[in-house]
Amino acid sequence: MTELLAASDAISKRSATVDHSEGMSYLESLPRRLVTVYLPLAIIVGVLLFPFYWMALTAIKPDDQLLDMDRVNPFWTWTPTFKHISKLLFESQYPLWLWNTMLVAVSATILSIIASVLAAYAIVRLRYRGAQVVGGAIFLAYLIPPSILFIPLSTVVFHYGLFDTPFALILTYPTILIPFSTWLLMGYFKTIPFELEECALIDGASRWQILIKIVLPLAVPGLISAFIFCFTLCWNEFIYALTFISSTPRKTVPVAIVNEFVDGDIYRWGSLMAGALVGSLPLVILYAFFVEHYVSAMTGAVKE
Amino acid sequence: MVDVALKPTLVKQAPRDVSAWDRLKVNRNWLGVWFMLPAAAFLILFLVYPLCYGVWLSFTDARIGRPGVFVGTENYEWLWGDATFWLSVFNTLLYTGVASTIKFAVGLYLAILLNQNLPFKALLRSIILIPFIVPTVLSAIAFWWLYDAQFSIISWSLRHLGLIDHNINFLGDVWNARWSVIFANIWRGVPFVAITLLAGLQTVQPSLYEAATIDGATPWQMFRYITYPLLTPIIAVVMTFSVLFTFTDFQLIWAITRGGPVNATHLMATLSYQRAILGGYLGEGAAISTAMIPFLLAAILISWFGLQRRKWQQGENND
Repeated sequence: MTELLAASDAISKRSATVDHSEGMSYLESLPRRLVTVYLPLAIIVGVLLFPFYWMALTAIKPDDQLLDMDRVNPFWTWTPTFKHISKLLFESQYPLWLWNTMLVAVSATILSIIASVLAAYAIVRLRYRGAQVVGGAIFLAYLIPPSILFIPLSTVVFHYGLFDTPFALILTYPTILIPFSTWLLMGYFKTIPFELEECALIDGASRWQILIKIVLPLAVPGLISAFIFCFTLCWNEFIYALTFISSTPRKTVPVAIVNEFVDGDIYRWGSLMAGALVGSLPLVILYAFFVEHYVSAMTGAVKE
Repeated sequence: MVDVALKPTLVKQAPRDVSAWDRLKVNRNWLGVWFMLPAAAFLILFLVYPLCYGVWLSFTDARIGRPGVFVGTENYEWLWGDATFWLSVFNTLLYTGVASTIKFAVGLYLAILLNQNLPFKALLRSIILIPFIVPTVLSAIAFWWLYDAQFSIISWSLRHLGLIDHNINFLGDVWNARWSVIFANIWRGVPFVAITLLAGLQTVQPSLYEAATIDGATPWQMFRYITYPLLTPIIAVVMTFSVLFTFTDFQLIWAITRGGPVNATHLMATLSYQRAILGGYLGEGAAISTAMIPFLLAAILISWFGLQRRKWQQGENND
């Protein structure tokens, strides 16, 4: 059954994304396409990627080449050095910040996914009284941005006694993640045939068993999408981490880089860029493995 | 054989006391409450309550470490006469307006380019999303370095091409700083707009374009009368998100300029952080945050009508 569903899903996906434009592209000659398609595309992709190239290049350039742009060509270096990166990893608290970020991101994501699975299942399949309204309310919660919440939240976090602990972030990040992942999972659960659940109900399964043994195994792609997207959002979060965490060893990577690396050192750029590069790599690697899930999470949330 | 199979069923069918507890266990509403509990707890404790509390704070004179007393609309009256606040409102509107418009235009253009028959299409699509994956602050720092007053590679390149004769002061000049942060925001937002619109474009029937070509439509007419109307619903949603998140942006500005030079790039969010957390005037900061809510409501209403229109369109298509 699972294979069958997966196969039909794959077929529908393929037919949705299959490219029909080939049929008419013979109308355009190659030189024309070169100017109207490839050239603009190359410019846009170049602009989008250049900051990363520059970040990576600065991170491995030796100090004397960083600021001297007249003696050597600044766009390339023949003498790469790992000095900045090793200094970052072995002589600063960077590994600690990396660990903090990872801990907060993983915990907040897991908490949010559990809460969202239950909520999404209840809204879509239990259809209790008022489920529609609650679904709408959760969508509205998605639209409330952290930048209007952080001031009252800082007071609240302080009152709950969470200020300057990882729990301040682990417990507040789900407010950003739950609305999104609930919305995403609702879409996924809707595609699971209702008949499967009816069969299970007749066989005497409880709602909990249905959720664990039938719905969740079928919704694995949706769970992965939600997980990846939530994880990225956590890693990206800045304003809560900036406001709720004050001691240096407890900071997350984005906050620590902005606050701790900015000293008067004229050669700071090397270590700053190394910090930014190392902080981005885990996400880029994760993304490289799950591109399709990521894209479906992003477009799925917007479409439905 | 048949008897053996039937017997247990018969036993089960015997009338049994169904207690209130058993009824409750299968009751939709009762189960619904339990299933909703974790999500509701998070959202009420850390979202709804702070939201209401923030509105209340804006009517008090709370400071950090001191609970405030109700002062009516004093904070708002003070902000009304505060030139910095109005400057931040202007900056926010300029930032949102310009960045969202360009993000939409470039994003749509990029989506249309990507929707063509291209080699390495999937790879290209993945590469384009990278700016959206990398944490904003980290890419903002890369922009900070690109915009450096002395060692900017942009200035260097333009100088060597002979286009300018001295370095551009990207972040030191009022308008230069504004355009610089707007550009960084566009850079970060274009991939999101492009990839979501691309998903919308892929659902448009190619036969429509074929029919239009036979009827002698120009590429512009095909865009205007086929692509655009069919994309309207998804454009409405994407742009609502884009406007919403641009309007409430904080991290990009904080990482690149921190509101400087002379408050020229302060957005309402950064100003509220500066007043409430760094300055300690929680009440005043909360008032600035609360002043953002009407704008957000406007964006949400636009999204709502966009979705409504979509339903109406779907209904018409089904006929």
